[in-house]
Amino acid sequence: MLGRLTLDALPLYSWVAMGGALVTVLGGLAIALVITMMGKWRYVWSEWLTSLDHKRIGIMYVMLALIMLLRGFIDALMMRAQQAVALNSEGYLPPDHFDQIFSSHGTIMIFFMAMPFLTGLINIVMPQQIGSRDVAFPFLNAVSLWLTAAGAGLMLVSLVIGKFSTAGWTGYPPYSGAAYSPGVGVDYWIWSLQISGVGTTLSGINFIVTILKRRAPGMTLMRMPMFTWTVLCASVLIIFAFPALTVVASMLALDRMVGMHFFTNAGGGNVMHYVNLIWIWGHPEVYILILPAFGIFSEVVATFSAKRLFGYASLVYATAAIALLSFTVWLHHFFTMGASANVNAFFGIMTMVIAVPTGVKVFDWLMTMYRGRITFHPSMKWTLGFMVTFVIGGMTGVLLALPPADYLMHNSTFLVAHFHNMLIPGALFGYFAGYMYWFPKAFGFTLDARWGTRAFWFWIVGFYFAFMPLYALGFMGMSRRMERYSIAEWQPFLITAAIGAVLVLIGIVCLGIQLYVSIRDRKANRDTTGDPWNGRTLEWLTASPPAPYNFAVVPQVDGLDAFHEMKRRGTAYLRPERYEDIEMPKNSGIGVVIGIFAGVFGFAMVWYIWWAAAGAGLAILVAIIVRASQDETETLMPAAEVKRIEGARFEALSAGGVA
Amino acid sequence: MSAPAVPAAGPHEERAFGFWLYLMSDAIIFALLFATYLVMKDNLAGGPGSADLFDLSNAFAETMLLLTSSLTFGFAALSADAGKRGAALAWLTVTFGLGAAFLALELHEFAAMIAQGAGPDRSGFLSAFFTLVGTHGLHVSGGLIFIAVMISQIALKGLTPPVASRLFRLGLFWHFLDIVWIGIFSVVYLPGVL
Repeated sequence: MLGRLTLDALPLYSWVAMGGALVTVLGGLAIALVITMMGKWRYVWSEWLTSLDHKRIGIMYVMLALIMLLRGFIDALMMRAQQAVALNSEGYLPPDHFDQIFSSHGTIMIFFMAMPFLTGLINIVMPQQIGSRDVAFPFLNAVSLWLTAAGAGLMLVSLVIGKFSTAGWTGYPPYSGAAYSPGVGVDYWIWSLQISGVGTTLSGINFIVTILKRRAPGMTLMRMPMFTWTVLCASVLIIFAFPALTVVASMLALDRMVGMHFFTNAGGGNVMHYVNLIWIWGHPEVYILILPAFGIFSEVVATFSAKRLFGYASLVYATAAIALLSFTVWLHHFFTMGASANVNAFFGIMTMVIAVPTGVKVFDWLMTMYRGRITFHPSMKWTLGFMVTFVIGGMTGVLLALPPADYLMHNSTFLVAHFHNMLIPGALFGYFAGYMYWFPKAFGFTLDARWGTRAFWFWIVGFYFAFMPLYALGFMGMSRRMERYSIAEWQPFLITAAIGAVLVLIGIVCLGIQLYVSIRDRKANRDTTGDPWNGRTLEWLTASPPAPYNFAVVPQVDGLDAFHEMKRRGTAYLRPERYEDIEMPKNSGIGVVIGIFAGVFGFAMVWYIWWAAAGAGLAILVAIIVRASQDETETLMPAAEVKRIEGARFEALSAGGVA
Repeated sequence: MSAPAVPAAGPHEERAFGFWLYLMSDAIIFALLFATYLVMKDNLAGGPGSADLFDLSNAFAETMLLLTSSLTFGFAALSADAGKRGAALAWLTVTFGLGAAFLALELHEFAAMIAQGAGPDRSGFLSAFFTLVGTHGLHVSGGLIFIAVMISQIALKGLTPPVASRLFRLGLFWHFLDIVWIGIFSVVYLPGVL
């Protein structure tokens, strides 16, 4: 009846596991309780869960990302604590548990923290930056969100029912195959990825069509803001790369569930083929994560240097070059797998080449700052911290790009330090910068700058403490993913790394306090003009928060930094003579329904509950057909209502002394 | 507040473009499945190979059914463009029948292979074969559901602009599957037998 699900699936075998499960369950219940006590279920359902507004969907994505940041970071703390103490000792985590933790840490941070964070920021900002009223496919946008949430939910459920994979975030077979990982862990991993992967692919399609078809009149491609360019390139990467993940995860699932021989040791399997397929996805994936962050840095650097972005064309070409080259380097993830010297040399050279356009970007940002009038807003601090720290990581990447060097450092902590050196200052600092930069646009009040600065300092100092020792340990021979060790020389470095993790924890606490303080003091920090930083791009033209339709009148664009030009000419805040009716998408609960059943489907596939999987699959199909039969999916906002909303906006602008 | 320099794309154009992008992502899925098949086609694990298993006349019949179904879909699309509701419904029904016949032949082929111990769990070669051809078959099944939905929509709502837009996208999908099948015939069946 319930497949292979039994009471044994509950984490009663370990206090640590019970703790994790309890935190997850109680956390979810607490949220439900708060909403119930405030009587806000109707509001949450009708204003948020069923909303097709890209701004609301974006905010929900970012909320998901921040929750999963906590979850993934607790994994990191646990690993650092274990490694700090486990010299000639078992520590407090048995190997099986430690292995689940490093697997879930990577999976969560990449798929359920970084991807939702950037997708959320893109959703909030990009349509406004191009002068559009929405994304091209608002309903698909909601489906993407709820599929991502379903994948994240499946990961959280794996803490409570069953175990997670111990095969790392890339799940290499044959270890991840049925013979060596017969439990449910790898299946949780597979289905979380598959479900959220569909959501991501749909977002990629949505963003490309939006950018190519919905730009304001006069906004040619070479007049788009830099952030929008990076979104376009990242979205193209998504469409090219995510099918590879779908294929490889499906093949692993077929091996595990039906006994196929894609990646088995015997029966004609080809284990190396998995590695190729997963990294054909995996390398473009890290550029998907980093390009939008680079776009954020471009925006922040220009705004807080009060200066036009330097070398716009070179930035565009560099971004496109990075996107293209990202498909030519994937073998550098497995130089040691036995390819010939010529093959390794090709990929090694391409890996070094791809560093060049990023270097171009760094120089462009520096030249933007040169002779600018710098404001040290927290977002600018994140950017400066990124520039220094990321370059260090980039240099270690160029070192790893040499196959003979990589033979020594592959799968050592040197590698771990390198990719965290890329992802944390590169991607995560970019998302934090974007979060603090665009928060007032999304919510109508600014974030507290002092706590933002404190968060930055704890994060960056914590980062150095946590990861610089790992470079040294890699040279000293320490392998990654070690649950215990017997070399005493390593321990001081690992203790230092643990201290770094604690510093980052304080940084996260600062982020939480920042949010609390900002919400508490929101009336004092209201953004009345919609343009708190004297921005240059069109998203700063809308109100903060924007009207549902963003722009009552679609702006006409005739150059880069369109909003800056409008302010310069005095045409930014002209009252139109008349307003038009505006078509808005109606809310829809079908996205939520699809997400819920996708989660059920994933859970059922993990536990082999075939009737539930079939039922959930059928329900999803029915939901799709119902939506595909709806012709009246839009509603008209009458011009009078638009006029009322805009009237309030112009009053706020006058009060802010702007119009 | 002046007129746009480039006329905005209507919802039909946008949806068609978005659907093309989805089809291209699907094309990459198939490309990778083809690549996997080519990498693994000699991994027989001591089991039967393509020469032992592939029946070219069956594959030819499947090809004819699918190609003809593309032709009949074209007639359905032309009828729809001309506003001829009855003809569109009729041709769509014929298309559905041909697609279902294709699937029946394919399922029969799979069942026969499994019965003689050449199922997808027998070897890497067979895993790759069943997955590539099976994924195409799953897409055809999805297409059949889509055809059935469009038949009901045309019957119930008539050839309205939204219905016509969906029919257009179904056409893209159906013809795409035809192209993939030609690839399968050329890369899997023909070389396997020759």
